[in-house]
Amino acid sequence: MTDPIGYKRAKPGTQPDYLYPDYASSRKRAPTQALVMLRHTLTEVTGPIFGEGDVAESDHDLTHQHDGDPVGERIIVTGRVQDENNRPVPNTLIELWQANAAGRYRHARDMHDAPLDANFTGFGRALTNADGQYRFVTIKPGAYPWRNHHNAWRPAHIHFSLFGPAFATRLVTQMYFPGDPLLPFDPIFNSTADTRARNRLISSFDWETTTPEHALGYRFDMVLRGREVTPMEDSK
Amino acid sequence: MNDPDLLTTPSQTVGPFFHIGLDSIAINDLVPGGATDKAIVIAGRVLDGDGQPVIDALVEIWQANERGKYRHPEDTQEKPLQVNFRGYGRIATDANGAFRFRTIKPGRVPGPNGTQQAPHLAINVFMRGLLKHLVTRIYFSDETSNRDDNLLNQVMASRRHTLIAKKTSARDNELEWNIILQGENETVFFDC
Repeated sequence: MTDPIGYKRAKPGTQPDYLYPDYASSRKRAPTQALVMLRHTLTEVTGPIFGEGDVAESDHDLTHQHDGDPVGERIIVTGRVQDENNRPVPNTLIELWQANAAGRYRHARDMHDAPLDANFTGFGRALTNADGQYRFVTIKPGAYPWRNHHNAWRPAHIHFSLFGPAFATRLVTQMYFPGDPLLPFDPIFNSTADTRARNRLISSFDWETTTPEHALGYRFDMVLRGREVTPMEDSK
Repeated sequence: MNDPDLLTTPSQTVGPFFHIGLDSIAINDLVPGGATDKAIVIAGRVLDGDGQPVIDALVEIWQANERGKYRHPEDTQEKPLQVNFRGYGRIATDANGAFRFRTIKPGRVPGPNGTQQAPHLAINVFMRGLLKHLVTRIYFSDETSNRDDNLLNQVMASRRHTLIAKKTSARDNELEWNIILQGENETVFFDC
């Protein structure tokens, strides 16, 4: 086999560094030694593939996983997953998790004094379609306090986990909401130095997705790493 | 043409509550049916800069089968796939910061410039405090091919041992490999 074409490296500042002292948990968990450069091999350009058998159609609707309706503002979150070369990323698994409308996670270690919602788990998953599009129906998560610094509050956010086509394209990220007053004060959001890259994390309110009498729509497009060189057969 | 605005979406931490989203695909046994005689166990702990166990870490594994073939369309080697073997695992650490999984030792896969890589597992590590996941590898202590592995040879000799799973128990098929985030025996992590 000839050497595979690797995936592009992030431009400076467009991804967070491991150590970001304002995010207190990074201080004892970020590596201190320099990373060793890994030239991509077959190991990194391949990766696990998930399909229809891993996802149920109902998994994308977090508002219909229990007997009753969850409390909160119903929203639709939709978007396109593509790579840096502007190609859609089809049939890739998206896993999503979030707090409920009150800002409480259904998790044994979440000690925040806000109510759980018996009708909301906060977990969903879906595959992107052939065009890289995905769609979730959920509840707008609440902000919640954490102990990073005095009076620290996380802005409302939804966690996303994506695989993409290869080990090298793995991405876990968070989606935020436009106009959230907590964003300028959140060290996790602000850990990416480049403003344009950072703002990719903020979804946009979208009339086209908003459905009458039902739910507000938010658009959140995600970009995974692209191949270093565009293969000729695809450059039509 | 490439759109210069298409910056990759920045990574963000999985946070402490990722189990809600990621437990539904929890795979600590990668061994395909019928290959149980070849099963190995790799176990270890994740430790932070104070040497404290990390109880909220997630370890992901990606590996080839025992012949050195990945279940993926870009692996065009003429080697057989193994039935019921995807080569993917995902394990959250427990209250002691420990993880443990069963798998098979992979075969060698191609490396740069016509070389063969020593058998290895590719590892992603996620946790609260990591704004992006860490990438490392597990190699095997009984492999003479480690000497010729292109990537291992890029690692400072004094740190190479952090990438190698070792027999530490009386049980023959059990190997120990730890993830040390900081300090003297800090695991080698890769810019992937």
